[in-house]
Amino acid sequence: MADVAGVTMDEVLRVAELANLDLTTEELPHMQRDLNAILGHIAQLNELDTAGVPAMAQVGEMLGAEIESTGASLRADAVRPSLERAAVMDSAPESDGRFFKVPKVIER
Amino acid sequence: MELGSATIQEIRAGIASGKTTATAVAEQHYARIAAEDGPSGKGINSFLALSRERAMAQAAKIDALAAKGEPLPPLAGVPVGIKDVLAMKGSPATAGSKILQGYKPPYDATAVTRLESAGAVLLGKLNCDEFAMGSSNENSAYGPVRNPRALDRVPGGSSGGSAAAVAAGFAVASLGSDTGGSIRQPAAFCGVVGVLPTYGRVSRFGLIAFASSLDRVGPFATNVRDAATMLSVIAGQDAKDATSSDRPVGDYVGALAKPVKGLRIGVPAEYFGEGLDAEIRAAIERALDGLRAAGCVVKTIALPHTRYAIPTYYVIATAEASANLSRFDGVRFGLRAAENAGSQTLSAMYRETRDQGFGAEVKRRILLGTYALSAGYYDAYYRKAQQVRTLLTRDFLAAFAQVDAIVAPITPTPPWKLGEKTADPLQMYLEDIYSVAASLAGICGMCVPCGETKAGLPIGVQIMGPHFNEETMFRVALSIETAQR
Repeated sequence: MADVAGVTMDEVLRVAELANLDLTTEELPHMQRDLNAILGHIAQLNELDTAGVPAMAQVGEMLGAEIESTGASLRADAVRPSLERAAVMDSAPESDGRFFKVPKVIER
Repeated sequence: MELGSATIQEIRAGIASGKTTATAVAEQHYARIAAEDGPSGKGINSFLALSRERAMAQAAKIDALAAKGEPLPPLAGVPVGIKDVLAMKGSPATAGSKILQGYKPPYDATAVTRLESAGAVLLGKLNCDEFAMGSSNENSAYGPVRNPRALDRVPGGSSGGSAAAVAAGFAVASLGSDTGGSIRQPAAFCGVVGVLPTYGRVSRFGLIAFASSLDRVGPFATNVRDAATMLSVIAGQDAKDATSSDRPVGDYVGALAKPVKGLRIGVPAEYFGEGLDAEIRAAIERALDGLRAAGCVVKTIALPHTRYAIPTYYVIATAEASANLSRFDGVRFGLRAAENAGSQTLSAMYRETRDQGFGAEVKRRILLGTYALSAGYYDAYYRKAQQVRTLLTRDFLAAFAQVDAIVAPITPTPPWKLGEKTADPLQMYLEDIYSVAASLAGICGMCVPCGETKAGLPIGVQIMGPHFNEETMFRVALSIETAQR
């Protein structure tokens, strides 16, 4: 397993950036401490030899379910009524009724 | 009919015979909520929103059916509360988070639709830990829930409001969600019944996702029969959830008539080690004695990878959460940070919204999950955890080749005091030691009350069953419940 001796502050900042989180200067040291404590506990998994053990992503695959790849269980690809647009757009913080409005995307 | 003790069957029969009406039952429950749930009452804080208009319209519909003498559906007039991670059209859905403040979903979760079609009266939305992340309901942005059985203590989490509302007699039953113990643990802390159905048994459509390969919707009730009735209503395949199973739904209520004599009960040695409270251990041993007396064969089994369940869970659950919670970005619903609206860029808006909207525990889990999935660490953490998940599941498959059900503790301790464990997240995670293995394996489980401590705090016992064999689990639970009376 990865080096569990310590997640550095630089790594916390990098992960926060990946996750689109702005952490305050008060939050940062707490997060670093907590991540290191939790990852230290998680390091126990290293005790297990898992060579040759398949990874389990879903419960169904452990019950012998065939991975269905032909699309036979899917509904027909046909247009069906969906949620009313107005009801959906009502939930948006900013909208012109047809589209979601966001701040400018292109940054210089 | 006394509030807090009337069963689903009694309410339905009372309405059918004209002794009461669905409207009167709903009004009684709303009156009790008004008197006791808020700060001027007991301050339990279980309801975040009431859906009075919808509830009273449904009650009127049931009363009209009864007046015409027509047959009543299975949950006719039964007042039910819904955890605030499930969508209810027109009602707020906050998931206990500031980031969803003001959001009202324009659709119902499938489990909600099914309850209402079966006659249930939906009272409102129930408090929970933010995005169902927590073991004490102290991570809600809308304040903690108090345990109705001991007001200075936590109700458990994350479905703390769902357990407390049923324990307080505000609702006859409720829906919760369980990702790593979030139904079973609060059921134990509040002294009610809580069911974790097999993964795929109940549709997740309309459930705000935390960890999609683990999330399950399930019921709370005051007794085993009501819990079985609730599950039989919400269970079944749903075209809107591709992971919902097409296996036929069992006759959970009918199964309760079968005696438990001859059933083989496994007791996993790993669940009775150091750290288990002595009074809880004694109560579970009494429950096992009762099962022996009822003719069950009780034997010790091994679930050898149990100690790896918590580290495995906290990798997989946080990794999935980091992906699921990326959708909360201030664009389509809920909060948008707009202080710098004029000069703000899109990416700054994302970050500011998420910083303001998410609480500390949610940020911690997003960071941990993002770390586990990031380049260079994926194999070491996420893939490794998925492999150990296979080993944990194999433990259960091997055990269920020898026994019909497993009986174990669900919590190492009785409910603790509010604020007692909030400083150390790892210590809080370790409280999930007896619940997360069943979550990872996808098997069914439930918690049923089995006594109380000398101080009067509720004790629950966990019953686990093989995938899609809820019937056997309910039979064992009923036997334990009956022995208490």
